[in-house]
Amino acid sequence: MKRLPGSISMLLVLAAMAAPASDAMATDRQTKARSLAATCANCHGTDGHAPAGGQALAGRSKDDIVTLMRLFREGGKPSTIMGQIAKGYTPGQVELIAEHFAAQKR
Amino acid sequence: MDNTRRQILHTATAGVALGALGACAAPGMRAGAPAKAQVVVIGGGYGGATTAKYIRKWSDNRISVVLVEPNADFISCPVSNLVIGGTREMDDITVSYANLEKKHGVQRVRDRVTKIDAAARKVTLGSGATIAYDKLVVSPGIDFIYDSLPGLQSAAAREKILHAWQAGPQTTALRRQLEAMPDGGIFAIAIPRMPYRCPPGPYERACMVAAYFRREKPRSKVLVLDANDDVTSKGKLFKAAWAQHYKGIIEYRPAHTLTDVDVAGNRLVFEFEDPIKAAVLNVLPPMRAGSIAVQSGLATANGRWCEVNFIDFESKVAKDVHVLGDSIQPAPTMPKSGHMANQQAKICAAAIVAKLSGQPVDDSPLAMNTCYSFVTEREVVHVASVHAYDARQATYLPVGGAGGLSPAPSEAEGLAADAWARSIWSDMLG
Repeated sequence: MKRLPGSISMLLVLAAMAAPASDAMATDRQTKARSLAATCANCHGTDGHAPAGGQALAGRSKDDIVTLMRLFREGGKPSTIMGQIAKGYTPGQVELIAEHFAAQKR
Repeated sequence: MDNTRRQILHTATAGVALGALGACAAPGMRAGAPAKAQVVVIGGGYGGATTAKYIRKWSDNRISVVLVEPNADFISCPVSNLVIGGTREMDDITVSYANLEKKHGVQRVRDRVTKIDAAARKVTLGSGATIAYDKLVVSPGIDFIYDSLPGLQSAAAREKILHAWQAGPQTTALRRQLEAMPDGGIFAIAIPRMPYRCPPGPYERACMVAAYFRREKPRSKVLVLDANDDVTSKGKLFKAAWAQHYKGIIEYRPAHTLTDVDVAGNRLVFEFEDPIKAAVLNVLPPMRAGSIAVQSGLATANGRWCEVNFIDFESKVAKDVHVLGDSIQPAPTMPKSGHMANQQAKICAAAIVAKLSGQPVDDSPLAMNTCYSFVTEREVVHVASVHAYDARQATYLPVGGAGGLSPAPSEAEGLAADAWARSIWSDMLG
C-alpha cells in the first residue's frame, strides 16, 4: 500500500472537511476517491500504474485528468472507448478520481 | 507442491485461523483499530484474486487473507480463444500467483473447499483441514449442467467432447483437436441459452477458429449452433466480420437447442433440427454457479445462480458470506465477465474492509465493464457499460447514455485489447 505524502494527505483531509456537511457515517472523501479510481484500474493499472502499453494515470495532475475526461465526455477528444465510458461518471466522481490519481507517485 | 509442504501449510493456516478467530472475539474493534480479522477467498480467478489483493491493500495489510485455489497458476479465459485459434500460446495467458503471496502477503492454499459451515464460520478443504473466517468470499466461477445431455454423462465422453470454457487443459486439448483435424472438416460449436459466462466469447471463438482455417485449412468450415434466437452480444459487429472475412467458412444457425451429443458418431442432436455431424465438436453446456456455491445452498436463483445484496455482495441467505463474479444472479444488463468480476471484487473488498474496521460501507458504488473481442488475428471490437448502484431499487442500473460498441473492428482496438489484458492481470495479481 502506497502511503500518501503527509502534506497531500492533509490537503485531502481538509478537502474532506470542506465537503458539504454529510452524515457522520458516510464514506470519507479519500476512501470514496480510492474506490472510484479502482474502477479505472482494469485498463490503467492499480492506482494508475499501468504496465507497458497502457495509459498510466498515476501522478497526472488533477486538472489534466478532469479536462481530459470532460473532453472525452463531450466528444472534443476522439476515442474508441473513453468517450463512452466518460459519460458514465458524474463531474463530481471524475473530480474524486482525478484527486486520487494526482496523489499517486508516478 | 509436495504433500509434506502442503500439509505444513495447512497446519500453519489452520493455526493462523484459530488465532484470528480468538482476536475477533475480542470486543471493541473500532475505526482505525488494528483489525486482526481473517478473510478466506474461494477461487483465484478474476473475482477471487482481485478481492484477495485489494483486501490486503485497502486494510494496510491488517486483515489476513487466505486464498484457496487448486491451480498452480492463473490461466485467463479472456484471450484463450486466441490460443485455440493458434495465434497465442498458453504461456501468454498464464500468470503466477507469486506476487499475491510475496508482495501482498496473501496466504495461498492449493486445494479446494469441500464444505462451507456458515454457522461456525469455517471452511473445510479437500485435505480435511479447516480454516476459520470472519468473512468468506465465494468466487468459484461457473460449472456445467450436464443433466440435459445424456451422451455426456461419462468422464470419457467429456474428455472427447470439450467445452474449453474454463481456460486450462481443455484450451490446449481443443487446440490439438483442431490441429489434428484434416482440411475439409467441420468445427461445430454449440452455444447454450443465456445466461452463460462471457456472452460474446463463442462468437469470438468462431472467428478465431475460422481465421485459423483461412490460414491453414481453407476447405474447412465453422458451424455456429446457437440455442439463442440471435447472436447475444455485439451481433451486428460479429455478423459484419463473418460476412467480410469468413464468407463460406462461418455459418450461423440460431434457435438450435442441443438435446444430446452422440459421442461415438460425433454428432450434435437438437430439439427440432436434424443432427449435425462434425469433425470437431465444441459443446458449451448450460452453466450454473461453481459447485461449492450450489452445494452450500447459495444458489437461490433457480438453483443455478447466487443472489446477493449488491451493496456489498453478501449472500442473501448466508451471513458473512460474499459471492461475486460469474456465480451470481447479476444486476440488470451486468455481464458475466472477468472484467465485471474484477469490478465487483473491489466493491466487495471495500465493503469487507469497512465492516471489519468499523467504518461505513460505501452507499453508492460504481462498476463498469469493458469487453474486447478479436474478430480477426489483429482486429478487435468492444462493448462497454457503466453500472451505478441505485439505493431505492437496491441494484445496479446501467448509466443512461454511457457505454456502447465499436463502430467497426480496428487494429487500434487490437492493441488496446492486449493492453487491457496486461493491465487487468497486473491489477489482480501484480
